[in-house]
Amino acid sequence: MSHLDRRTFLTLASSGLLGTALGFPMVSFGAAKRVVIVGGGISGATAAKYIRMADPNIDVTIVEPKKTYHACFLSNEILGGSRDISTIQFGYDGLKKRGIKVIHDFAIDIDPTAKKVSLKGGKKLGYDACIVAPGISFKFGAIEGYDAKVSQTLPHAWQAGPQTVLLRDQIRAMPDGGNVVIVAPPNPFRCPPGPYERASQIAWYLKNNKPKSKIFILDNKKKFSKQKLFTAGWQRHYGYNTDNSMIEWISGDAGGKVTRVDAKAMIAEAGVDFKGDVINVIPPQQAGKIAFTSDLVNKKGWCPVKQNTFESTRHSDIYVVGDASVAAPLPKSGYAANSEAKVCAAAVVAKLNGQSMPVPSYVNTCYSIIAPGDGMSVAMVYKFDKKKGKVIKIKGSGGLTPDKASAEMREREVAYAHSWFMNITRDTFY
Amino acid sequence: MKYRLHGLYLLFMSGSLFIGTLPSSVGAAETATASMLSNTCAGCHGTNGSSVGPASPSIAGISNDYFIETMQAYKKGERPATIMTRIAKGYSDEEIKLMAGFFSKQKFVRYEQKFDSKQAKVGKKLHKKYCNKCHEDSGRSAEDDAGILAGQWAPYLHYTMDDFNNGSREMEKKMKKKLKQLRKAEGDKGIDALIHFYASQK
Repeated sequence: MSHLDRRTFLTLASSGLLGTALGFPMVSFGAAKRVVIVGGGISGATAAKYIRMADPNIDVTIVEPKKTYHACFLSNEILGGSRDISTIQFGYDGLKKRGIKVIHDFAIDIDPTAKKVSLKGGKKLGYDACIVAPGISFKFGAIEGYDAKVSQTLPHAWQAGPQTVLLRDQIRAMPDGGNVVIVAPPNPFRCPPGPYERASQIAWYLKNNKPKSKIFILDNKKKFSKQKLFTAGWQRHYGYNTDNSMIEWISGDAGGKVTRVDAKAMIAEAGVDFKGDVINVIPPQQAGKIAFTSDLVNKKGWCPVKQNTFESTRHSDIYVVGDASVAAPLPKSGYAANSEAKVCAAAVVAKLNGQSMPVPSYVNTCYSIIAPGDGMSVAMVYKFDKKKGKVIKIKGSGGLTPDKASAEMREREVAYAHSWFMNITRDTFY
Repeated sequence: MKYRLHGLYLLFMSGSLFIGTLPSSVGAAETATASMLSNTCAGCHGTNGSSVGPASPSIAGISNDYFIETMQAYKKGERPATIMTRIAKGYSDEEIKLMAGFFSKQKFVRYEQKFDSKQAKVGKKLHKKYCNKCHEDSGRSAEDDAGILAGQWAPYLHYTMDDFNNGSREMEKKMKKKLKQLRKAEGDKGIDALIHFYASQK
């Protein structure tokens, strides 16, 4: 239907003209197909929009508790001081204009047999396809002394919003010469370069406001995303690898594994105790809660899916996209969530209309900003390997900003990062 | 010329669709694949290729051949870029053709951007004198594989002109000659004025 679009087709069809014009009998279209999307973050919102773009006759409802979404990506710039919280806030009016229904409520259960989503407010929503996009939840208790309540004093700021502001304000209130401790999580987790971009942005703020202060990254891991580029950037800006370094990274092997935090004494306990004026605990992660209550997770707490459609391998007609899904080698990033959602949307539309699914294609692009005017990126193009039954990287594509990229190119990366932010959020919410 | 034949083929296919085949025909499947591939670009270039971010160019309405040429140049590393040289390598020649078909059919949406009206006036004259022969209709046209300049984002155009000027991106002979004349007569200010003119167009 490339030239005769669906709307025209249906107008003609309902007026009976099409059948006459084309000389074949009228077909009954039946009731509109219903898609319920649990979660209105990047992947959920994108899936909603792209389903409606492909087929405006599908009835799409998003269930999302919050009226305002806070984008996580680039939220570290709020800590650095170059971005305001208002710039990462997005509402749902744009999607509503596309005819998408938005219900601000909690989904508490999905019944895969009756094909119904139950909401906390009492409503039950029937579906032909259900897309679950719950993002992450935290393994509270994995670090002794850290739970939801303690996160009000030792913020994780790994779901952007009030937590981001709390962390920013704590750093602003800290005395010059104080310590910021960042507890980095084990793999897999949302936004692999995030903790290190965060350290960079906090360092930028401290360098300009509290230059005697220090940042300790206590890491569970031996290595981290974009490590070479980050450490090179830290050398350029924050004296990394000198006696006067503003950032210290302590790997899991070198005593960076944090087992306990003490919110009263303001201590993170690893090999030795680290005292912090601000302690930012980014806890170990798993899929969002609804994935657990609806039996969509594996033993590790993430949702296995058929990676060409994102349909759950545990329950049919339920799809899981975004950070909650097992989509590796696709990372748990905003771009990947947006890209996965489009593949899923195409799969759902094809299935509901009895068509075959187009060959899936996926991209990830991820920017990190070390200091204003100094950025870098990682990118990759992916395809679905039928034989392996999983997503694979396309050989020769993608990769990191080159080590020897000029200052001019690194400055452009920041401009592209900011433009990417504007485009991806618009592509998702409008 | 190859792409025009390809375009005719698509037209033929959708024509046959209209006559009464089901949407599962080759033409529809090809369109679906083209959308699938092209939608991966939207994160940086905007939904359907119209960018709202001032450093990323809009690629909606781009000429079929210019798109292919650009992607191939990125793929071979012949055109400088931060990230596109890495991304272009992920697509086969056939996929690039499909994406070219998709984006060339999209409408270029012009978003409001800042400009200086005095400079835009100067730029308008300079465009007529030096650029309009190839970038026709005040730079609005994509005919003869010209890049659309009218309404393209100014920061992106600055990067592009910097790349042309410092020799990291190659220019066609005609453009090289005209740009040399322009720079000789007007200096860098002339280029700035041109960009204000393109930014001023709605």
